[in-house]
Amino acid sequence: MIAETTGLNLAAIRAEFPALNQHINGHPLAYLDNAATTQKPCAVIQAIVDYYSAHNSNVHRGVHQLSQRATDQFEDARSKVATLIGADSVIFTKGSTEAINLVAHSWGLENLREGDRILLTQMEHHANIVPWQRVAAQTGAEIVPIPLNSLGEVDLDAYQNLLDERVKLVGVVHVSNSLGTVNPVPEMARLAHEVGAKVMVDGAQAPVHMAVDVKTLDADFYSLAGHKMYGPTGIGALYVKHEILQTMPPYQLGGGMIRTVTFEKSTYQGAPEKFEPGTPNIEGAIALGAAVDYLLSKAPGTDRTILEASAPHEKTLTEATHQLLSEIEGVTIHGNSPTKAGIVSFTMANAHPHDIGTILDANGVAIRAGHHCCQPLMTALRVPATARVSFAIYNTLDEVEQLVRAVKQVKEIFG
Amino acid sequence: MMRELYQEVILDHNKSPRNRREMEHPTDHADGHNPLCGDQITVFLDIQNGLIHDVSFIGQGCAISTASASMMTEAVKGKTTQEAQAIFDQFRRMATTDDTVHFEDDLERLQSFEGVRELPVRIKCATLPWHTLHAALIGKNEASTE
Repeated sequence: MIAETTGLNLAAIRAEFPALNQHINGHPLAYLDNAATTQKPCAVIQAIVDYYSAHNSNVHRGVHQLSQRATDQFEDARSKVATLIGADSVIFTKGSTEAINLVAHSWGLENLREGDRILLTQMEHHANIVPWQRVAAQTGAEIVPIPLNSLGEVDLDAYQNLLDERVKLVGVVHVSNSLGTVNPVPEMARLAHEVGAKVMVDGAQAPVHMAVDVKTLDADFYSLAGHKMYGPTGIGALYVKHEILQTMPPYQLGGGMIRTVTFEKSTYQGAPEKFEPGTPNIEGAIALGAAVDYLLSKAPGTDRTILEASAPHEKTLTEATHQLLSEIEGVTIHGNSPTKAGIVSFTMANAHPHDIGTILDANGVAIRAGHHCCQPLMTALRVPATARVSFAIYNTLDEVEQLVRAVKQVKEIFG
Repeated sequence: MMRELYQEVILDHNKSPRNRREMEHPTDHADGHNPLCGDQITVFLDIQNGLIHDVSFIGQGCAISTASASMMTEAVKGKTTQEAQAIFDQFRRMATTDDTVHFEDDLERLQSFEGVRELPVRIKCATLPWHTLHAALIGKNEASTE
């Protein structure tokens, strides 16, 4: 038994997440698939119930009280999300994927030309690759991958060698969903800005693990996903540096984003409304605001916030997982950056990740098995897929041990 | 439960897949793809006068899909194309419905995949090789589990 070292009152934390309290195939659920989506605390679930029970109305439209209340709560949530990442404001999107598509299709189509280069790290999620491929095909720009070193980190020397005046955009995932690597965004942004390139940071995985400040990162664009930070699915946000935002054309068009419309011509509102046509995901935004409140609430058993307590707690779990899994013969861990977040990808010599996933599920352990929407990374690692364990604030060392026991069963079956 | 799914015969065919090789001059072939997990398989057939003279596959996948492909090649080799189609139908029925299906004689081993119907996310692993065989038999070059 490994001692809990973080001082967190995990029982009190877990009591806030009702979905954790269940058995799967006769075993207590060990939910270790948080990089796919986190479970939701009562406060987030209640925010959705409260909104539909008492305030449901469209935003920015009615003169009546309900509409005013819904609008106030929606805008209050925007402020909370923006403040969390050190931004003045954010555009609400349906997730990180839509946020990157917005940048690619609005800023990208407007600014990229034939001969321009888009540098993307080898560990990017498909969400920060595929939109750029389409924009590259339409503009004649070229995508160039940034290689990784053996620890699963960006090879900074190779990156510097790729940077020249042809590079107009650098795409980098803040925290790799497959490897857990925390990329050195401030350093990469400084180097990119020296050649005049903009930096798109895919922040889908980051705000749940660590404090994010877009100004310190010096990101030009930063995307986030609500459901990976204890919020609901279908809501995310995009930060864009003010001076760039002023030059960007709308991405989608319709109601709610216009100033005047005639059949000859329309004029648009300013940001963020200009980028949010149609009725938005109102309850999603409000519940994401509640998730931000949860992240900033006091962690039971400590004098820190949930967010501040997350990194050290996940570090304990991650180090125990690395240690115990690497003691099992035939296990290879992919991603060994010393500063990695709570994500552990591994393969086994004789068992395919899907078979690992099935046997773990039979033992109540939920993990992700597959390519994690990172096929170019899988190619670089020379594996078809990996099994991935990912932690959140509510995970325990007992769950790590449950995982390790199940992996040993895989080893017994497959040798 | 896991021992029922991962029986010795499945583990054996996963470890030493039969007929996993490229065929130089197939009369028919098809590619199978499961976009969910990225599994890919190619099935090759050498059909002479309606008889499956030779069958082989290449591809990478989990134990269930590899063993299924391996046992499939053994099951349909030497059969007529109609017989192979009938085995495909029977296998699909076993993997995807509540029907009682019994494989007998030289097909008995296929019964070892009965357990996948309890695991909805893994059914496609077992059926992808068979869908790919079916595609090759009807002259389509591509099969997908979607």
